[in-house]
Amino acid sequence: MERLSPQSEPRQPGPIRLAEPDAKPEIQQTVRPERIIIQAKDFSFYYGSKTGVEKITMDIEAGSVTAIIGPSGCGKSTFLRCINRMNDLIPNTQADGLLTVNGQNVYDKNTNLVNLRQQVGMVFQKPNPFAKSIYDNVAYGPRLQGIRRRSDLDAIVEQCLRDAALWEEVKEDLSKSALALSGGQQQRLCIARTLANKPKVILMDEPCSALDPLATARIEELIASLKGTYTIVIVTHNMQQAARVSDRTAFFCLGKLIEYGRTDVLFTNPAKKETEDYITGRFG
Amino acid sequence: MTTAVSQFDDAAVRFPRPLRLTFRDDLRSTLLSWLVKSFLFVVTFCSVAAVLLIFVFVIRQAAPFFMGDGGSAQERIREFFTSRRWFPEHQAHPEYGILAIIAGSFYVTIASLLIAVPTGLLAAIFLSDIASFRVRQICKPLIEILAAIPSVAYGVFAVMVVAPWLQKNLGFPTGTNALNASIILSMMAMPTIISIAEDALTAVGREIREASYGLGATRAETILRIVIPAAHSGILAAVILGMMRAVGETMVVWMASGNAAQIPSPWWDLSQSVRTMTATIAGELGEVPQGTIHFHSLFAIGLVLLIFTFCLNLLSEHFIMQMKKPKR
Repeated sequence: MERLSPQSEPRQPGPIRLAEPDAKPEIQQTVRPERIIIQAKDFSFYYGSKTGVEKITMDIEAGSVTAIIGPSGCGKSTFLRCINRMNDLIPNTQADGLLTVNGQNVYDKNTNLVNLRQQVGMVFQKPNPFAKSIYDNVAYGPRLQGIRRRSDLDAIVEQCLRDAALWEEVKEDLSKSALALSGGQQQRLCIARTLANKPKVILMDEPCSALDPLATARIEELIASLKGTYTIVIVTHNMQQAARVSDRTAFFCLGKLIEYGRTDVLFTNPAKKETEDYITGRFG
Repeated sequence: MTTAVSQFDDAAVRFPRPLRLTFRDDLRSTLLSWLVKSFLFVVTFCSVAAVLLIFVFVIRQAAPFFMGDGGSAQERIREFFTSRRWFPEHQAHPEYGILAIIAGSFYVTIASLLIAVPTGLLAAIFLSDIASFRVRQICKPLIEILAAIPSVAYGVFAVMVVAPWLQKNLGFPTGTNALNASIILSMMAMPTIISIAEDALTAVGREIREASYGLGATRAETILRIVIPAAHSGILAAVILGMMRAVGETMVVWMASGNAAQIPSPWWDLSQSVRTMTATIAGELGEVPQGTIHFHSLFAIGLVLLIFTFCLNLLSEHFIMQMKKPKR
C-alpha cells in the first residue's frame, strides 16, 4: 500500500478548503503530444444556469487509463458524458470551449454522433443490459452497423465475451436473458457489448459502484487487460481503485479541474491542498 | 442489568419516557388496530361482494330465458347464439337471435381500435421519447380531459357533426352507422390507450435508453428495437383497456350506430347501421314488461357482455402484472 500522505514534512491541518475561485489548476505535462486522443481546452458545460464543469483543460493519452476522482457533484461524470455527447439527452444544456476526440470537436455541428458513440463507448454506473438474450445484447451494436451474417456475429460475440472475461461463464447459455446474470456478470456483459463496437475509447462512469468487492476486482483486472488496446477514462469514487488501475489521475472539485498528473505522484505528493485533503479522507 | 445501569446513572442514560409498554397502552393499541383492521376489511369486502352480487343477479335474471317456457333450453341457446334475427316483440313468433348484435359490438369495437391503436401508440411514443418536457406537460392533461367529457356529449357530436359530414362528403345513405360510432369510440378509447402506453414507455428506464444511444443507435433504432419491445406488455394492456372502453360504451353507440340489428353486407361495409349489445339493453330494458322472456333475454345479453369484459379484464391484468414484475 503506497503512502497516501506526502513524503515531505506533514502540513498543518488547516480548515478544509474547496476549490479557490481563481486558482490555476496544477497540471503536470506528462502526456506526449503525439499521443493525445482526447483534448479539452477551457471546456465548460452548463445545465441551464447551473454549471456542470468549468474551464477544464486536460489532455488524455491514447492507450492509457485515466482516472477522474472527486467528491459527489464535482462534475466528473458530467465531463465524462460530454466526451461522447451522452448529455445531449438532457434538455437545456450548453457546452462552451473546446473538447476534441481524435482532432474532431465533439460539440461541433458536423459531428457524426453515431460514429462518435460507436468509437467512444460507455459503461454506466448501474449495469444496464437490455431485456434480451446475452447474445443479442452483444450483437446489438454490430447489428446496428449492418452486420447480419450469423457466422460473423457469432465470432464477434465470442471474441467480445472472451475479452470481457465472461465467455467461460455464459458460453453454454447465450440465449439466456441477460437480466438473469449477477450484477458483476451484467457489468462485464455491458463491457463486452461496448467492445463489440470496436471502440477506440471506453468511458467508464463508476463501473464498480453497484458491485461487491469480488466483482469489482474482476472488473479491475479486466481494465488492466484492456489497457493498451483501448483508451480508458474511468470516473470513480474509490480512490484506491483509481490508484490501482490508472496511469494518470485528475482531481475535480466543484466543477473545476484542481490537479492532474501521474497517479503515483498525485497520490503520494499532491501539489494542491484540496487534493491532499480529499485523498487523505479529510472530506469527500 | 440493573447494576450495569446504575454504573452509568447519569443524564445520558436517564430516559424520560418509559421504554416498556404499560398494560393500558398495550390493550388500547391492540384494540384500536383490531378495530381499524376489521373496518378496512369490511369496506374492501363490500366492493368485492358487489362484483360477485352483480354476477349472481345477472345470472339469476338470465336463467329464465334459457330455462323458461316455449322450447327446450338447448334450442333457446342455439337460436340465441346462431340466429341473426332479433324480433323479441313479435306477437306470434318472437325471435331471440343475437348473432347480429354480437357482430355489431365487434364491428364498432374492432373498427374503433383500428383507428385508435395506431394513432394512440404513435402519440404515446411521441410523448414519451420525442416531445420536450414542456410539450408533454401540456399535452398529457389535455388528452386526459378527453376521458372526462361525458359520453352523451360525444353522442351529440356524433349526431350533429359527424353524421351530416359523412352523408354529405362520403355520400352515405345514413349518417348514423358503424363508421360514425367507430370514429367516436376511437376518440373515447384514445386517452386510455395514450395514457397507459405512455406510462409503459416511460417506465423503460433512462439507463436502458442511454445504453442504446451509447452504442451508436439513433432515436428511431432505440425506440423500435429497445423501448417498444421492453414496454410491449404495458402496450398490450393499454390496447385491451381501450378495447374494454369501446365494448362497454353505451350512450355513444346508442346515438351514433343507427341501431339496426343486422350484419353489414358486404361484411366490410361500415356505412351500414349496426346495433350493439350495450345499446340493445339500454334501449329496450325500459320498455319491456318485467318477467317476460324478452326481459330475461336482455339479461342474457348482459351476461354475454359481462363474461366478455371480464375476460378482457383478466387479460389486461395479466399484461400489467407482466409489466410490473422484474423481468428475468
